[in-house]
Amino acid sequence: MIPVIVVVIYLLLIAVIGSVAFRRGKANTEDFFLASRTIGGLVFFLSIFATNMTAFAILGSSGQAYRQGIGIYGLMASSSSFVIPLTIFFIGTRLWALGKKFGYQTQVAFFRDRWECDFIGTVIFVLSVAMLVPYMIISIMGGGRVLSDLSGGRVAYWLGCLVVVLVVTMNVFFGGMRGTVWVNFFQTILFLLFGAVAVAVISHALPGGFGEYITKIAGDPKTSFLVTRERMSPQFFWSYTLIPLSSIMFPHMAIMCFAARKVAAFKRTVVLYPLAIMAVWLPCVFLGVLGTQTEPGLKNPDGILLHMLTAHAPVWLAGILGAGIISAVMGSDTHQVLAVSTMFTKDVFAHYGGKERFGESGSVVFARAFIVFVTVVAYIVALLTPESIFELAVRFAFSGFAAMAPAMMAALFWKRSTKYGALASTLWVAACLVGTWYLQHISDNMLPKPGQPPTIIFPALGHLFERSIANATCFGFLPVVPMVAGSALLMMIVSLLTRPPSEATLKKYFS
Amino acid sequence: MKKILIFLLVAAVYVLHQDFWNWRTAHPLIFGFLPVGLAYHAAYSILAAAMMAILVKVAWPKHLENIDGGESE
Repeated sequence: MIPVIVVVIYLLLIAVIGSVAFRRGKANTEDFFLASRTIGGLVFFLSIFATNMTAFAILGSSGQAYRQGIGIYGLMASSSSFVIPLTIFFIGTRLWALGKKFGYQTQVAFFRDRWECDFIGTVIFVLSVAMLVPYMIISIMGGGRVLSDLSGGRVAYWLGCLVVVLVVTMNVFFGGMRGTVWVNFFQTILFLLFGAVAVAVISHALPGGFGEYITKIAGDPKTSFLVTRERMSPQFFWSYTLIPLSSIMFPHMAIMCFAARKVAAFKRTVVLYPLAIMAVWLPCVFLGVLGTQTEPGLKNPDGILLHMLTAHAPVWLAGILGAGIISAVMGSDTHQVLAVSTMFTKDVFAHYGGKERFGESGSVVFARAFIVFVTVVAYIVALLTPESIFELAVRFAFSGFAAMAPAMMAALFWKRSTKYGALASTLWVAACLVGTWYLQHISDNMLPKPGQPPTIIFPALGHLFERSIANATCFGFLPVVPMVAGSALLMMIVSLLTRPPSEATLKKYFS
Repeated sequence: MKKILIFLLVAAVYVLHQDFWNWRTAHPLIFGFLPVGLAYHAAYSILAAAMMAILVKVAWPKHLENIDGGESE
């Protein structure tokens, strides 16, 4: 029970920080959603990192390493440490500048102005919300599961989810962006330290040291794949380098970029980001592989770190480390809830006349009411719907947002891009998501066995569509590859065939 | 010329991500316990940080610094 008490103290602390931030707040949307664009220095880095790191970074990474081995680090972490800082460098800084100059608080507002078209903004809004909401719901589910696992089942899953929802709602409702980033400061430090402390504690408890275990895994033909990438195809590995393009396109990441005080805040962020990814992922992936020896045969490997901590760490430390995991869950969840609220308030409520009718303070009231509404709905959905549905939706969301990146790059850097190019690109992404879901659905009963080659879905089409254990693929590549390539091509071709935006608009953004 | 060099730097780091030579072996174990494929990609993260430090130094969008910033949180 001690771990649960530690976690409860942690949650209370978060609620207190949120309420202190509330007293500093002003009744306008720029303050509520972006902390008046005043996030600077280390707070900005810690907050943008927390925005992007979900529970998957700790629990999912170790669980996947338990199933697939060390390749998970190169697949997800080192590719992210290359791509994400680059996108923050090239795209995040430009978004920040546009926000400062023209007052944008969401990507959709920028797209509407840039391409002189409300409709394209609305289409991107609908697609973005459809991809973001499942992510938000699965974060709540993850938090509930962690609390339940940490307590050894004494805290029921529904109660765990409820606690997460209440804390996140209070934090965002009262504190807005300011409360969220203050809490992030504390949360990110906690989960950055998590991995190093977990490795130190577990290495101290294991007889013989890590080397002995790894040598044993490498020497056994049944487990040697865990310390190599022999079961990972190079196409699959390369495909994954496109997935982190999604990061900057997630609305909560873009909104964080708008919140920076100065562009200089991005300098430290882009350099520290890859190191922070390493600090979180490397210990988790390594321990996940090690766990195959210390805790063999787990039915749900995502709980491997919790098992190892319970077995090897003192109870009070297990509680603090559990709080580190909860931090990862809540850090991103608060930003997701805030982003959904920001988008509905700015892109729908304010855009369609709410601001004129109810003013800035009325918009903040709407935003707060929406936060309560969306978290209550998310909680109910989290309890009633199987997690697997959202896991799939989130996987699609990463591909979908990655494939939206060409539209953003065109908007920022290509004068000749047009609303029709953006529309074609967006519709391609939506169609691919539906197509991928269909392929995944019809191939669920033709999964290959572990270690076996992928199954061909339509024999008449050869290797065009195949099914691996986890994914439908296209010539062995993940769906994100044709999605990004098609999106970029359509943006270029359709833009060149249609009329460019007016001179006034081009001057506004490119002079 | 500067733009080409920056492009080549980024492209080279990207290519280094595909370490096909480490694909099927765990050895040598770095520090006696890290499989080489994992150690390589950990080092890759450090390389990515170094690349970003170089980009900040030589390719920073200085024109954006003229945009005013207010009080910091």
